[in-house]
Amino acid sequence: MNSSTVIVGASLAGINAARTLRLGGHTGSIVVLDADPDRPYDRPPLSKQILTGEWEPEKILLPAAKEDLGLDLRLGTRAKAVDLVARELTIEGPDGSVNRQSFDTMVIATGAAARRLPDSAGIAGVHVVRTLADSLALRDELEAGPSRVVVIGAGFIGAEVASSCRKRGIDVTLVEALPLPLERVLGAEMGAVCAQVHIENGVDVRLSTGVLEIETATVNGTERVVAVALSDGTRVAAEVVVVGIGVTVNTGWLEGSALTIDDGVVCDNTLLAAPGVVAAGDIARYPSERFGRMLRVEHWETAIAGGEAAARRLLADASGEPPAIFDPVPWFWSDQYDRKIQLAGRPMPTDECVVVHGSTEEFRFVALYGSGDRLTGVLGMNRPRHVIQLRALLEDRATFAEARERAASL
Amino acid sequence: MGQDGESEVSAPEHSCTHHSEKGTVMRIVVDFDLCESNAVCMGIAPEIFEVRDDDFLYVLDENPPESMRAKVEESVQRCPKQAISIVED
Repeated sequence: MNSSTVIVGASLAGINAARTLRLGGHTGSIVVLDADPDRPYDRPPLSKQILTGEWEPEKILLPAAKEDLGLDLRLGTRAKAVDLVARELTIEGPDGSVNRQSFDTMVIATGAAARRLPDSAGIAGVHVVRTLADSLALRDELEAGPSRVVVIGAGFIGAEVASSCRKRGIDVTLVEALPLPLERVLGAEMGAVCAQVHIENGVDVRLSTGVLEIETATVNGTERVVAVALSDGTRVAAEVVVVGIGVTVNTGWLEGSALTIDDGVVCDNTLLAAPGVVAAGDIARYPSERFGRMLRVEHWETAIAGGEAAARRLLADASGEPPAIFDPVPWFWSDQYDRKIQLAGRPMPTDECVVVHGSTEEFRFVALYGSGDRLTGVLGMNRPRHVIQLRALLEDRATFAEARERAASL
Repeated sequence: MGQDGESEVSAPEHSCTHHSEKGTVMRIVVDFDLCESNAVCMGIAPEIFEVRDDDFLYVLDENPPESMRAKVEESVQRCPKQAISIVED
């Protein structure tokens, strides 16, 4: 393969696509650009080891970014628009200059951005955690020793931020609009277990609670958060607010292109979005035969596997080999306090959920999800061995009954 | 974190070493300060990596045969914490 490739996005998916292209024999130019000015880094520690101060940013550089892959890496450079017919990308450099970048093939890996609360822009003390800069800015404020942090959203980012604050001895109020945290991912029963983990760790958990207002005061000429007014009628004084209410995909620059955008870039089952154009990571929406629906997966491992698969798709085009189908078993982990939560598969919140090992009372268990006779997920809390072993059953498309039998023998 | 009372065991003794074509011996090194026991390596190479009920990773074979190299390399690549490396002795 000797064409020119542009990879838009230099995070996990983009960098792994670049590495796979190069190691797979791509000898042409590979331009990798990212709006983020920091060298490509790993995101999971942003809400954990970076926030707690255990690790410095140097430790989270992506290994592939340290390899000599002959990439033309342009950081602080944003894609503004793309013309797929002319094969031309409009890019804005760190100095604000706008240029054109031509390409033969393209990898779309611009990921997603943290959603913010409306009307919170510019208020000091209100944070999101998505980029290294976000994490370091929040860390600076946590090091100043706030008396309380309000975390809005009890999803995985909110939960990990709450955990990191507690590790620093900071009081936390965790606000969730839904009746239970993670209910849409894990179902009601397991959502309740996750809520209890926070309570056991001294967090003031407010469920079915909305945010009415971020109250501010002017401190040294800066508008700064002082409290959060909640829909339960209370007002929680806090110097710091962290918003973890999900993400929006970074597809703005693709508007007007011929690509199909539907909460992500719609791809086929080989991650091809258009001839010579592939997508990977948080932004890629692809049909999963395994789960019988379109999936867009925001997991760490899917970003790696997707980046590699997208690159191999382009390599297959060049070599004339048949492309491989992308349909891995999604898997992720979340570390909260001294608990490790791992989920393999993609259960629906209404799927049947059975604890097959340990107990939820001791926060050390394995649960299986099933829909009809199909195994759809494996959830573990402090049971990494069992989750990894049972994940293989999802790969093998085991039935719910087979999985329960196998779990009983572990 | 709860302990299940399992005692730590060391890697089994080797009666022989396994040399690669280059004449070197592959040795697995795990940085236990980085390891988070996600057990990804165990999913790839259960013959070598085992996360036990105490939630700690045990390396069953620090000096695996050359035939295991591909699996070990995949484990190195896939470790979420980059805690595994291969040293050629």
